[in-house]
Amino acid sequence: MNVAAPEYRYHTLVVTVENKAGVLARVAGLFARRGFNIESLAVAPTDDDLFSRLTIVVDIESAPLDQVVKQLDKLVNVVEIRELHPGYAVERELMIVTVEAEPHRRDELVEHLDRAGGKVLSVGTDSMMLSLVGPPKRIDEFENLLRPFGIVELQRTGRVALAALDGEH
Amino acid sequence: MTTTPKDGGQALIRALENEGVDLLFGLPGGAILPVYDPLIDSSIRHVLVRHEQGAGHMASGYAHATGRPGVAMVTSGPAATNIVTALCDAHLDSVPLVCITGQVPLGAIGTDAFQECDTTGITMSVTKHNFLVTDAQDIPRTIKEAFHIATTGRPGPVLVDIPKDIVDPNNPHSAMEWTDDVEMDLPGYHPNIEVDPAGIAAAADLMRAAERPVLYVGGGILKARAAEALRQLVEMTGIHVVTTLMARGAFPDSHELCLGMPGMHGNFTAVTAMQEADLLIALGARFDDRVTGRIDGFAPDARIIHIDIDGAELGKVLRPDIAIQGDCRLAVEALVADFSANGTGDADRSAWRSRISGWQERFPLAYEPWGPGQALKPQYVIERLRDLTPDDTIVASGVGQHQMWASQYWNFDHPYTWINSGGLGTMGYAIPAAIGAKAGMPDRMVWAVDGDGCFQMTAQELVTATVEGFPIKVALINNSYLGMVRQWQEMFYDERFSEVFLSKDVPDYKLWAQSMGCEGMRVDDPDEIDAAITKANEIDDRPVVIDFRVMAEEKVYPMVPAGATNWDLVVPPSQADLPR
Ligand SMILES: Cc1ncc(C[n+]2csc(CCOP(=O)(O)OP(=O)(O)O)c2C)c(N)n1
Ligand SMILES: [Mg+2]
Repeated sequence: MNVAAPEYRYHTLVVTVENKAGVLARVAGLFARRGFNIESLAVAPTDDDLFSRLTIVVDIESAPLDQVVKQLDKLVNVVEIRELHPGYAVERELMIVTVEAEPHRRDELVEHLDRAGGKVLSVGTDSMMLSLVGPPKRIDEFENLLRPFGIVELQRTGRVALAALDGEH
Repeated sequence: MTTTPKDGGQALIRALENEGVDLLFGLPGGAILPVYDPLIDSSIRHVLVRHEQGAGHMASGYAHATGRPGVAMVTSGPAATNIVTALCDAHLDSVPLVCITGQVPLGAIGTDAFQECDTTGITMSVTKHNFLVTDAQDIPRTIKEAFHIATTGRPGPVLVDIPKDIVDPNNPHSAMEWTDDVEMDLPGYHPNIEVDPAGIAAAADLMRAAERPVLYVGGGILKARAAEALRQLVEMTGIHVVTTLMARGAFPDSHELCLGMPGMHGNFTAVTAMQEADLLIALGARFDDRVTGRIDGFAPDARIIHIDIDGAELGKVLRPDIAIQGDCRLAVEALVADFSANGTGDADRSAWRSRISGWQERFPLAYEPWGPGQALKPQYVIERLRDLTPDDTIVASGVGQHQMWASQYWNFDHPYTWINSGGLGTMGYAIPAAIGAKAGMPDRMVWAVDGDGCFQMTAQELVTATVEGFPIKVALINNSYLGMVRQWQEMFYDERFSEVFLSKDVPDYKLWAQSMGCEGMRVDDPDEIDAAITKANEIDDRPVVIDFRVMAEEKVYPMVPAGATNWDLVVPPSQADLPR
């Protein structure tokens, strides 16, 4: 457990939990009860099916990071907590979005998409479904770019993260 | 039970026996029925309660008095919800409990079946941990884990929810193969008790240098069985001690270095010494708002050493200068070792000592003496009770004015003699907790100091006490009011009394007590107090209830008004003009 100096508002915790019924409810209940704000939360099994991994982005304006970590650590099903320092984490998020796309605006849209490195998933008469994987900030920017076109539906996964390899940011 | 368990129900009972359980507080019903059958053949004694909340508080009283985990067993649905208050109570006061609840059969879970409720969901936030067991084979391991979690680290309540089919021998799901060696599987639970030597050395240095140090002792000292070590530390260093509501008895009240209880209704000297301190050494205490008052005005000049088994307490309310996570007994012993090796320093504390004795002289606990025509003085009743009972009497209390007077006016000279609901403030705690204490400590005298409001919440457990043979004694401090609420309305709501008057005439507590098989007495006259207490002390074959008719207008002093800082402690009128 390695707690970084809380100079950033959002901190990413990678939490390994036992893969048991109700564990997510325990984590969510703890955050609700103690008034800790979750900015984003992603859950998935790990390569070991006894454990799952939660990637939780916490807003440390709601509570000091070390309180969040220590309270989480008290949950019996929480096995390990790693704090990824914002400067030293590789973070990714997936967004899929359906955008209004009348035929005459499609070129412009696809240009934006190519520049961002996204994909076209499906094309309808007046709309397109796109996907983008990237650091959360890039997803934010892309979402803003799309807004003037008219967003029909949008879904983001919340971020997942791993510690950066040596020296990499 | 001597034969090898063949099904989940038998395995559950055997697992409890293997944990050393001698007493089980509970009440059966549909979902837990199959477990009550093998119980007949068990060495475990079951105490049949009249309400499941009572079972939980009895288990808690038992745990406080004995240091062993209390165990309760109840059925599903309404029984599980009835015990939620007791679980929450134990959670806030870190009491080791194991609670077994029945649950509808696995296949019925989630269907809104009869007496189904989401027990693990409901109790998640009021237990240290809970389990829903889904396989009979897992029962022995889960029970072992439950006791381990309840009793190690910071103790607390653990609930084990058991679906009926896995304990019912008529159901194939209950089949299991018993083995004596079960391994716990708790990859995320590793409570640390060791204390960091560098932290101890730094703490000892601060203590050596401090001119106005105070040891702020909380319930954690009792949980860590550290009273003896604490006494050594105090006598070695000469540092004054305050004992919180949860720690009364952890250090003897009659010791010259004991300042009594701090907090909202604390002794003037205890509260003021903390405010004026240059160093607070918090041992197993959690800077509860009832102790600190408004936090931004709390002990402004004090540096803080905070030692607690629960790392999350360190920095939760205040940032300590030195934070030490670990077992309080080990920490206190390490401090003692450090002082033995390196001396206790030569800080000049003479001015501090004389200020303290000045406060003690000017601001002792005080109340207006009784006058003819008045009802009894509640404080006087407690003083007589204190003086007429054996030194090691166990006192359990309800919640309200009577609780504060009991804590203030009793003289606690032994650990584990004071049992009350501190964190949750659960009215109705006294009687079942006293029963649990008596069940665990049958040779000790156990008195419940109860309020009339509290009494009416759990009095039916006196039937349990009579039938099961637990001759506790109840001092009912009967002011006809929800007195503590009345006090707030008098002081902070312009004497506008709203829904606090109970009744002067009903119930008739003496008759009610008699109807439950207890000795019932009623005392209106101060001259009758001693005789009534003496008579009660002599009765050992049934419970006793004494209805003491006390003054409704009496208030608990001192008092820190809610939202005020501890500087604004209100003292009794007779001391109001004295220089602080
Ligand atoms: C279950 C519960 N309900 C309400 C309260 C709020 N409360 C705190 S003290 C008190 C009055 C208790 O009355 P009584 O038992 O007569 O004690 P007294 O203060 O008169 O000594 C009340 C209602 C509480 N603490 N617990
Ligand atoms: Mg009352």
